[in-house]
Amino acid sequence: MTPPVEAAVDRAFREEWGQVVATLIRWTGDWDLAEECAQDAFALALRTWRRDGVPRRPGAWLTTAARNRAVDLLRREATGAAKLREVAGVLRTGDDAVGGDDPDVPDDRLRLIFTCCHPALALEARVALTLRTLAGLGTAEIARAFLVGEQAMAKRLARAKQKIRYAGIPYRVPPAHLLPERLPAVLAVVYLLFNEGYSATAGADLVRHDLADEAIRLARVLVRLMPDEPEAAGLLALMLLHHARRAARLDEAGDLVVLEDQDRGRWDDGQIAEGVALLDGTLRRGRPGPYQVQAAIAACHATAARPEDTDWAQIAVLYERLARLVPSPVVELNRAVAVGMAYGPAAGLALVDALRETGALAGYHLLPAARADLLRRLGRTAEAADAYREAAGLATTDAERRYLARRLAALG
Amino acid sequence: MKYVLLICGDESAAEHADDGCGGWSEKMAERGVLRGGAGLRPPSDATTLRVREGEVLLSDGPFAETKEQLGGFCLIECADLDEAIEIAAAHPAAAYGTIEIRPLVDL
Repeated sequence: MTPPVEAAVDRAFREEWGQVVATLIRWTGDWDLAEECAQDAFALALRTWRRDGVPRRPGAWLTTAARNRAVDLLRREATGAAKLREVAGVLRTGDDAVGGDDPDVPDDRLRLIFTCCHPALALEARVALTLRTLAGLGTAEIARAFLVGEQAMAKRLARAKQKIRYAGIPYRVPPAHLLPERLPAVLAVVYLLFNEGYSATAGADLVRHDLADEAIRLARVLVRLMPDEPEAAGLLALMLLHHARRAARLDEAGDLVVLEDQDRGRWDDGQIAEGVALLDGTLRRGRPGPYQVQAAIAACHATAARPEDTDWAQIAVLYERLARLVPSPVVELNRAVAVGMAYGPAAGLALVDALRETGALAGYHLLPAARADLLRRLGRTAEAADAYREAAGLATTDAERRYLARRLAALG
Repeated sequence: MKYVLLICGDESAAEHADDGCGGWSEKMAERGVLRGGAGLRPPSDATTLRVREGEVLLSDGPFAETKEQLGGFCLIECADLDEAIEIAAAHPAAAYGTIEIRPLVDL
């Protein structure tokens, strides 16, 4: 096989798999058949493109090949006859547009992602199904990424597809009046994928890193297909701005490097610029939401040339806005830290202590960790040491414990 | 698609036993999606039966002693799960109890 053909099939797989599967599901209503035919189409592409060259529109070629395969398979089984008439009927009416060039025709991938992320499915099933059908990851890869056995993952996928079929989960983009409650479920799955990949450490399975790229790719598709949804763009901006810092997040030993200690020269300027431009365009619509506000906070950090250039007053305001949109004690803690940076440790400590009184974050190591930093800056060293020790006792990962031990040692 | 809505509640739901459906049944019947259903007497009036090796075994009470008990059911027929969810969400019992949406076996 010549490398250019292999590369073309690889690229087509990344770019077209979801579209081919989504279209086949619409035609046949059969998720397993759709995946099987898509797989066969890619196998055929490897053989045929080597001989005939790469077609001008690989996506259309693959969809046609998968459709022909579906017709073949359905013809072979008696129960397929009725379905075959439907598929053939769809083809005769010319409803086989590929690529979704017409803005009035919802892209099949949108139908697919809304169905995969239907709230009647368990969250882990939504994530797995999205990765399998839309992103084309293999069952073994998904199983590795989520640290479960391949058989367990295969079962989870089969169960989800069975429920879609027998519970009558519709294959469609929800109507406008349902969108406000359904879109967040889709965005949450994409963001969860991103965080699974983003929080992967150097020692962990590399597959998990790919999840962050996959999430960004899915978000790009969502933004392109739903240009009027500012939160979709907000999520993409947020992920780009986090992803831009990826190379600087871990040191050679695989330890977490906190924001203020990161080598900002290793941040990806191109991704930061893209994230900021996307966010600016979105905020101008005047329909803010949690992802846009979080992206705005990430932008404040990403655009500061040095840690001391960070606009903490602006960040404090943004956290206050975020707390109003999605009330959460973790957001309040972040606001307290920002206030401590903008207006001095005493102001921050007052907020942290008020939060501590409520008990809402009992057992959460970042509360005593934040308190410790503020106490240290106030010169209350003994209390700071106690708080660092309390935080280390609650921390859940070795990297965090090592970090807190270093801070404690630095108190002298 | 046909679904049964299983309306469940804990003991506190008993105070709603005589509430009726606040016009829900009439509205859904008019819309043409309601195929039947009824409210149930409390679990204390239930008798549970099994036949084992030809012998009829009876016990007093519901088949599972759980906090949530079945209080009524409705059979509906509608386009898909989204419509079933919308229909169930409009039922007054959804506001104090729990409604399980179960698709029927398609024969």
